[in-house]
Amino acid sequence: MTVSTVAVGKAYPPVTYAVGREKIREYARAVGESNPLYLDVDAARAAGHPDVLAPPMFAVVYSAPAVTPAFFDPEVGIDFARMVHGGQEFRWGRVVVAGDEVATTVVVKDISERAGNGFFVFESTSIAQDGETVCVGTWTNIVRAA
Amino acid sequence: MQVGDQIAELRVTPDRYLTVRYAGASGDFNPIHLDEEFARQVGLPGRILHGLWTMAQVARATTDAGGGPQSLHRLAVQFRGMGLPEREIVVRGTVAEVGPDGTAVLHVVAEQDGRAIIRNAEAEIGPS
Repeated sequence: MTVSTVAVGKAYPPVTYAVGREKIREYARAVGESNPLYLDVDAARAAGHPDVLAPPMFAVVYSAPAVTPAFFDPEVGIDFARMVHGGQEFRWGRVVVAGDEVATTVVVKDISERAGNGFFVFESTSIAQDGETVCVGTWTNIVRAA
Repeated sequence: MQVGDQIAELRVTPDRYLTVRYAGASGDFNPIHLDEEFARQVGLPGRILHGLWTMAQVARATTDAGGGPQSLHRLAVQFRGMGLPEREIVVRGTVAEVGPDGTAVLHVVAEQDGRAIIRNAEAEIGPS
């Protein structure tokens, strides 16, 4: 395949996600979390938090509305039929709690080709309403050779 | 925590409908995770697990080892192979580095049927 690198450096406008208590609980149950800090508002408050905490990987949920349009951008040119999720990194800042509003911006970090496979790397930066960076994600999608 | 220590092993068997619940919870409705027939049509053995669900199992094992939700500072993984529903996944980790400030780097792998489905996972844990 021949990849186009024209979209490298392209940035997408921020998308804001309002973090809800029941969404956190739904997510926590789906991934098998049993820590009461994620599930029980009284336990979270007793530990000094304003509401239930989001598990670290809840970053997937608040980032997705910003990341997905970048993946589907025709200028990036990902062939979804041959795409696999190759790698993922998250770096976390302060913990996210129910009630936070998180704005995520995405940039196309790199597009390259190795051994006929296309590598598409995106970086997401998620910032809460208080200006604190809560998560930076690096998403690597691989488009297998035809 | 010392270099070479193992973290507590995490074993989990995703049930038949786990991918449906995770799709709803995460918003990832890619039919390769939900539709047996579609998955076979695109050359997969059947419906496969979401890689990010499996990564969440690695996160769970490392936050448990680190002492809670705020102990995980960084997690990087590579996805390999495919996870399948209704088969046990085992997450194992080893302490690779210990810093003077109470931080540690863990090397983690998630296996199913003896095959790594997440490998070269690196987690940084430490005080919140």
